[in-house]
Amino acid sequence: MLATSPRLRATGLRIVQAIPVVIGVVVISFLLTRALPGDPAVYFAGVAADADSIEQTRVAMGLDKPMAQQFLIYVGDLLQGDLGQSLSSGRSVAEDLAKRLPASLELTLTALLLAIAIAVPLGVLAATRPGTWVDHLCRVVVTAGVSLPTFFTGILLIYVFYYLLGIAPSPLGRLDFIYLDPDHVTGFYLIDAALMGDWETWRGAAKQLILPAGTLALFTLAPIARMTRAAMLSALSSDFIRTARAAGLSNRTVLFRYAFRNALLPVVTTLGMVFSFALGANVLVEKVFAWPGIGSYAVEALVVSDYAAVQGFVLAMALLFVALNLVIDLLYTAIDPRIGFSSK
Amino acid sequence: MPAAAQGSDTLVVVSGQTINSLDLHRSGTSRASYQVGVNCYDRLVSFGTKEAPGGGYSFDYGVVEPELAESWTESDDGLTLTFKLKPDAKFWDGRKVTAADVKWSFDRAVSVGGFPSVQMKAGGFVRPDQFEAVDDETFVIKLDFPSKLSIPDLAVPVPYIINSVEALANATEEDPWALEYLHMTPAGSGAFKIARWTPGEQMVYERNDDWVGGPLPALKRVVVREVPSPATRRALVERGDVQVAFDIPDKDAAELAETLDVFSTPVVNCMFCLCPNFAFEPFQDPDVRKALAYAIPYADIFQAAAYGRGVPLWGGEEEINDIAWPRKSQYYTDLEKAKEHMAKSGFAEGFDVPLSISLDLVSWMEPTAILIQEALGQIGITVEIEKIPGANWRTASLVEKRLPLHLETFGGWLDTPDYYFFWAYQDGHLFNSSNYRNEEIEELTNATLHMPMDDPEYAPKIKRMFEIVLDELPRIPLYQPALNVAANGVDGYEFWFHRQLDIRPLKTV
Repeated sequence: MLATSPRLRATGLRIVQAIPVVIGVVVISFLLTRALPGDPAVYFAGVAADADSIEQTRVAMGLDKPMAQQFLIYVGDLLQGDLGQSLSSGRSVAEDLAKRLPASLELTLTALLLAIAIAVPLGVLAATRPGTWVDHLCRVVVTAGVSLPTFFTGILLIYVFYYLLGIAPSPLGRLDFIYLDPDHVTGFYLIDAALMGDWETWRGAAKQLILPAGTLALFTLAPIARMTRAAMLSALSSDFIRTARAAGLSNRTVLFRYAFRNALLPVVTTLGMVFSFALGANVLVEKVFAWPGIGSYAVEALVVSDYAAVQGFVLAMALLFVALNLVIDLLYTAIDPRIGFSSK
Repeated sequence: MPAAAQGSDTLVVVSGQTINSLDLHRSGTSRASYQVGVNCYDRLVSFGTKEAPGGGYSFDYGVVEPELAESWTESDDGLTLTFKLKPDAKFWDGRKVTAADVKWSFDRAVSVGGFPSVQMKAGGFVRPDQFEAVDDETFVIKLDFPSKLSIPDLAVPVPYIINSVEALANATEEDPWALEYLHMTPAGSGAFKIARWTPGEQMVYERNDDWVGGPLPALKRVVVREVPSPATRRALVERGDVQVAFDIPDKDAAELAETLDVFSTPVVNCMFCLCPNFAFEPFQDPDVRKALAYAIPYADIFQAAAYGRGVPLWGGEEEINDIAWPRKSQYYTDLEKAKEHMAKSGFAEGFDVPLSISLDLVSWMEPTAILIQEALGQIGITVEIEKIPGANWRTASLVEKRLPLHLETFGGWLDTPDYYFFWAYQDGHLFNSSNYRNEEIEELTNATLHMPMDDPEYAPKIKRMFEIVLDELPRIPLYQPALNVAANGVDGYEFWFHRQLDIRPLKTV
């Protein structure tokens, strides 16, 4: 089976190649967290701790042991699937990630779909009609998107749509407190609520998503729209398009079958970059909308030197990136048959 | 589906802090989590209520009221405290609260180490053998020495009473105090139970209708939502979608005060101060410290950093006639006087010093530091502002005490001046970040710490202590900060020294 399917074999190979990366991430994240300034034992011993109680806390946290031993304990736990206990949230890191990663993914994916839905047509239109109002609109949206910081856009949207107009729901996280969380299946509220057939909760969750996803979409659509426009322009000016036009193919066929498909490759590359970037960088959106995501979790853990939580976050992100790169490579081959795995 | 329609007996509170445990005794429990100790558990006693400056109510340190104890007596030598428990007090599972539960809970607080044990020690409670359950309703504490702090220390959040039968059923050999179980599952007798808790998102309190610790709360359900962004919290309370925004920034408090009910209660026994470290040579010179005290632009700091919320602590009488603390120092902004003191000092040429601030507290520390930097520049002291990450701040300022010039914020839970002196002015103690040592202060603090406040010797000794530290200036008082709470449609807010929201007296209007 493996021998016969080059794609499967290549996928397997890529996963094997990811192993040293993950090992490196484990070592580096362990060392980096230890290099952070601050003494977690002092922090977690509490407001009025004296030297004795700080020492008791240090022993309880296992930080009195030599570093090599701490590392062996960490790796041993990791092999059993135990990511450790977060001190700042008081729960196991695995539990925290399982709860918060879907929240971030749901927000980021919704924002990205929204951004694609706006940016790709906008980019294509701008490329086919350079110099017209569509092109200028594209330029304005793109410039605004990159130059407005997300926390500002977020607060502005809250001010206009919630505070002044009162049409947006209260920015209180994933679900207003009058709803109960849907049963946990995927952790994506929209999917879980749909699986339960609870459309009232689904609408509640969707309403909560609109403003934060809009904020993030405004930020992410800029690189996508620019890349679409540039790639379409270069595709449209290439020889094969001239040939296709000369052969009398319809405008639509030329535009979508030949130009757009060729322009998709750089767009997909950008999408991958934007996605990974947005997932880590939406901390500010999470803070403004009280969204219980992974970004604010990681930042809070960093601030208090919560080693286990930081390591868990870095590891989860590393695995996510490995998976993401794999998906993008597979997408390449689907879009452009000339790219094969056999050549790699 | 909607879990409950919002009614007048439901209240929504937003706060920027994270509740990370339902058990205060666990190490690593965040400050916001103390509210569970207050609202879900009972203590033997509580403090009374009085009207507070800045609106609303405040706890009254001078009045101790029953909570789970019906009555108590103190032996003539002050060494034995005998408590009678309320006979009708029940835990949430319906079991009667007994003296054995009290003993187990107190044993736990003094044995688990860390912050709870430190706080218990302040009242003179250090060993389990000091506690005795005489019968179901009689509980006795034996003290090693009489102390005025003992009874008040039983009203702080730490010595709360746990359902020991439920806890022991879930304890293990490695975890005899059931720290893991009570971390997620409170077992108390308090006014509210936890209906749901999603860490990082929300906590839902539900009233315990059988509560006997005090008057039954008016609210049936209270939702505490965590909203990190202050701007979002402000929008929510202004729109009226939430009724309480707890611990809002001074700036928002000043601006919202015109439209909403804003309670800005000065935090008891607390002051923000500038600390010159005695380990740093120029600050060993008393004239340099006085020069600092006359150079600080107090009024500008109070406006820029606190937006006028709180109590000024400068420009007072030099003569000390009362024992209220914090008190206004005799210093005020006078650059000429500051320059005179600099000229008299051994450092007339001036010197360079870093002024350290915490990145976690920049909202008030940064404007304060910039104003101080500018003022000290005029008397020849070149200040460079050093920002220290929050995780490192406690280690650098309080544990290693290595910051030459820094800002400090200690506030004492027990509201007596001697208690503040114990933590902040005695040599080697945690909040004495200036490395200050004065033999007379050592002696007077030790003498007054456990002395009753109506002892004829108490007031003169305290006045002498004020006099020394305000002359020697290991901590230069800037202002007393306020805890700001915005309310929209809520009455009965009460300030507590622990700076967490007591939801029991709240009612909607």
